[in-house]
Amino acid sequence: MILTRVALGIGLLFVVSLVIFWATELLPGDLASQLLGQSATPETLAALREQLGLNDPAPVRYWNWLSGALTGDFGVSLATNRPIADLIGARLGNTVFLALYAAALSVPIALTLGILSALWRNSIFDRAANAGALGAISLPEFFVAYILVLWLAQTGLFPSMVRINPTTTMGERLYMTFLPALTLTLVVTAHMMRMTRAAIINLMASPYIEMARLKGLSPLRIVLRHALPNALAPIINVVALNLAYLITGVVVVEVVFVYPGLGQLMVDAVSNRDIAVVQAVALIFATAYVGLNLIADVLSTLSNPRLMHRR
Amino acid sequence: MSGDILLKIEDLRIEGRSGDTWSEIVKGVDLTLHRGEVLGLIGESGAGKSTVGLAAMGYARDGCRITGGTIEFDGIDLRRTSEAQRRGLRGKRIAYVAQSAAASFNPAHRLIDQYAEGPVTHGVMGRDKAEEDAIELYRRMQLPDPEGIGFRYPHQVSGGQLQRAMTAMAMACRPDLIIFDEPTTALDVTTQIEVLAAIRDIVRQFDTAAIYITHDLAVVAQAADRIKVLLRGEEVEEAETRAMLAAPREDYTKSLWAVRSFARPERTDSPGAALVSVQGVSAAYGKVPVLEDVSFDLHPGRTMAVVGESGSGKSTTARVITGLLPPSAGTVLFEGSPLPPALKSRTRDQLRQVQMIYQMADTALNPKLRLRELIGRPAQMYLGLRGRALEARVRDLLALIELEPDTYIDRLPGELSGGQKQRIGIARALAAEPKLIICDEVTSALDQIVQEGILKLLTRLQDELGLSYMFITHDIATVRAIADDVVVMQKGRVVDKGPKAQIFAPPHEPYTELLLSSVPEMDPDWLTGLLERRAAQG
Amino acid sequence: MGFAATVTLGLAGLFALAWVIRAGGRAVLTGQSRSLVNDMPLTAAFGLLVILIYAIVAIAAPVLAPFPEREIVGSQFQAWNAEHPLGTDRIGRDMLSRLIYGARNTVGIAFATTALAFVVGSILGLWAALTGGWLDQLLSRFVDALMAIPALIFSLLLLTIFGTSVLSLILVIAAVDATRVFRLARSVAQGIVVMDYIEAAKLRGEGAWFLIRREILPNAMAPLVAEFGLRFCFVFLSISSLSFLGLGIKPPTADWGSMVRDNATLITFGDVTPLLPAGCIALLTVAVNFVVDWQLHRASGLKEG
Repeated sequence: MILTRVALGIGLLFVVSLVIFWATELLPGDLASQLLGQSATPETLAALREQLGLNDPAPVRYWNWLSGALTGDFGVSLATNRPIADLIGARLGNTVFLALYAAALSVPIALTLGILSALWRNSIFDRAANAGALGAISLPEFFVAYILVLWLAQTGLFPSMVRINPTTTMGERLYMTFLPALTLTLVVTAHMMRMTRAAIINLMASPYIEMARLKGLSPLRIVLRHALPNALAPIINVVALNLAYLITGVVVVEVVFVYPGLGQLMVDAVSNRDIAVVQAVALIFATAYVGLNLIADVLSTLSNPRLMHRR
Repeated sequence: MSGDILLKIEDLRIEGRSGDTWSEIVKGVDLTLHRGEVLGLIGESGAGKSTVGLAAMGYARDGCRITGGTIEFDGIDLRRTSEAQRRGLRGKRIAYVAQSAAASFNPAHRLIDQYAEGPVTHGVMGRDKAEEDAIELYRRMQLPDPEGIGFRYPHQVSGGQLQRAMTAMAMACRPDLIIFDEPTTALDVTTQIEVLAAIRDIVRQFDTAAIYITHDLAVVAQAADRIKVLLRGEEVEEAETRAMLAAPREDYTKSLWAVRSFARPERTDSPGAALVSVQGVSAAYGKVPVLEDVSFDLHPGRTMAVVGESGSGKSTTARVITGLLPPSAGTVLFEGSPLPPALKSRTRDQLRQVQMIYQMADTALNPKLRLRELIGRPAQMYLGLRGRALEARVRDLLALIELEPDTYIDRLPGELSGGQKQRIGIARALAAEPKLIICDEVTSALDQIVQEGILKLLTRLQDELGLSYMFITHDIATVRAIADDVVVMQKGRVVDKGPKAQIFAPPHEPYTELLLSSVPEMDPDWLTGLLERRAAQG
Repeated sequence: MGFAATVTLGLAGLFALAWVIRAGGRAVLTGQSRSLVNDMPLTAAFGLLVILIYAIVAIAAPVLAPFPEREIVGSQFQAWNAEHPLGTDRIGRDMLSRLIYGARNTVGIAFATTALAFVVGSILGLWAALTGGWLDQLLSRFVDALMAIPALIFSLLLLTIFGTSVLSLILVIAAVDATRVFRLARSVAQGIVVMDYIEAAKLRGEGAWFLIRREILPNAMAPLVAEFGLRFCFVFLSISSLSFLGLGIKPPTADWGSMVRDNATLITFGDVTPLLPAGCIALLTVAVNFVVDWQLHRASGLKEG
């Protein structure tokens, strides 16, 4: 069961890599003529084609690209001629750090708020939390980011730009990346809270919860023992979905705060039409996305006795 | 039964919310229950019986609120006491058995863990003692493998067994009162009596008082000492069971018998040549076989009932006849010539001759279309009616099903009652002017009085238009009322067939015997007698 | 902070106006439209009012704007003054005028994109659900694979290839979004296809076109309309984000996302002007979300009744 799901995930990743690779084939002309543009002569074109390996048939190029990517070799940036692996190196760590930071802040807050507003349904608290969340998901990320800059950076409490170098200590890092992390947290928390609330309300309406009430159990016991084990699967999915959403969020937030991460790199590469870098970063983001969904599926299978204990 | 009063409800009023408005759904109900007594609470959907039953535990569902009256359990006023004290009573002194055990057991925990939870949290007994006790009660509830069954998860146990396990769970703290909320309604008729008998015995063994909620008078007659009839939140009448069965006072109570007393006159004429002949049909969904070698004949102008429990293949047979499921073997003849197996290869006239009426009128009528189009479409399609002729035809059909054309022709299905929707289903079938109408459980989602109206209408239409019906049902009472011929199905096979008189007169096939004898009768001694007879036969 | 007070007061004024209009509607209207107004929460009335105002501004932009969209009319980064109520931008264009034209450009492009995504996605989705079989499998698996790449990342990938013109922006976002619409339309239709009335229509011998038009579409409308609102918000935010990143609509076309980017430097000096376009984006998204929430609530409420 779990093995099939993992195999499916790997298969999906394979297809995703195909889609990302195939995207370059849609280019009018080929990569070499794109790169050289007006200055192309037949000789320089041929030389560049040779250098980029464009004379090989597509399946061969795909195989070279994929096997390179698997070993951490993404080829060479078309704009700067530097190895992409070098460009990605530290940036990948920075982006992962930011995403984890935001996740560590948002997951506990969102789950607590979501569960509380589901338990106190239709109360003032619930209405306020809902209106707030609806508002928050309607705001563009850069709007949230700049509002925070306006409020918090103006007062000098937090820096509005992030300057990280290898000597930065963990404490400084957490301090400097607080605003970007907070921005992501606000955006993701709203989504996660709404979905958690919906999942719990859905669950609390089930007959076995009524049965637990009619057995005279305390509300705390009902939530912990009867609702929570069944809520695990939906909550895991909610969390995974939103962590995956962080991936999209980091791109904009990194640009606002001039944060040296993968998102920045990708945006710059898109402006320069540096397709090799875009492909590499897209592949990393997509892998994280597919991986998160895969983990969520496996965990929710493990939490479901119907799937774990067959008849 | 002692004279000691256990539960006393006076002038109970409960409101329910729809949208932003509250309306009263229980309007001043009184109820008295003595220790060890079983009270049957019966009524149709919307009568408020479950709401009253839950109020006896001091509980109101979300969207309901208790607004008036007193609920006194063993001297404790459940409306005035604290929530903590009510919690102390629930599960310990008042227990609850829900309609759907499959949904009411928590899917994440084993049965025995859920059993032990009540006694352990209420401090009645320790965990080990509770497990021993569970096994003992599982045995008394006649569950198979009482030592092992508790260690399974709910999805690993069948519906009838779950219902018994739930009754055992309710008994765990040896409560003074158990509320049974339609505990057998969702079960097949042969499973129903096993559960019913087990419930009745255990309640007697422990001298527990009970409120037994159901819509089926014959079921409640087997278990209850007294019966109270509710209608739209008000009491109609209350009497000792035997007195109520022998001489109901109110017209409404009498009408609950109606469908059982309705019967069309016996036919004396002999059947003509077969209209539809099903010959050696086998069918499968994917690789799962559902029908095996099914054969029977349907005669013009007659009603053939196809009976069987869920999963017997009744509806699948209908799907084969209509062409929705091409059979893997066998053929269906219509007036002597074979029908193409697949829907797509049938001619428009072949499609016209066989029409369907569905169980759930709610899902069978497109909620966004007006009756004019719902009924008019077949007439337009098959008979080519247009404009005024079409409108006139729709009006005729509405009149035929006893709905005033001017009032109804532009309504949407959502603006009709359940019985009226079913009548529209009939009108739509008639619009095609078919020879055969397949009725798939057409009355089983309806209240008793409405059922009777639909059966009368179908009978009248048959007499006027010479229709043939294939009547799929699990309800033996309906078969008795309207069938001319009967086919009994079990596990995808025909186990018995013939004219009604022959099927209902002994000697029976073994399965027919089981099916017929399992139908509760309006006799308080019926269950006892049946169990004795079955025990005697071994 | 006087600015925050003004914004709060303005929003309160809009709510009050929405309340008055709703009250008026309740007094005047009869029949079905009356019942629609009756159960409308204040938030939804507010949402509809805001959407209406945006529509008017977008259509009447040339009349309302004091200056042309692209012309340099003063010195750079002027503060708010009598001639330029919201000051001027980085190269001296009138902020207010560009804000007004932005309603036309940003909202118009987002609307066109959503409409395109919707037509393609929902037709394919309904068709796949009704037909089933290998066609359904093929389309669904294809969409699954595309959806395994995060939307923004996939958009960026495609924009790299097709370049960042407005047309390619519309096509790329519409293509990415059509996959989401397909999913929803298909699952809604699958819920309808299993209904007995569809079986009854098939038994009657109706063709696929009749089934989609008369039996499925009327019943799928409510969720599809709500989804249109949600998708519009999503597309609108995506396009704004891309423009903000400098990869979407570009100057000199007035667009709210790129206006924020262009003038962002002011924010670090405590000037709120660059946030006004972002506020316009947020207000419209909130408004649409309010209306969608009400519609979803109505749809689920009607089902229970």
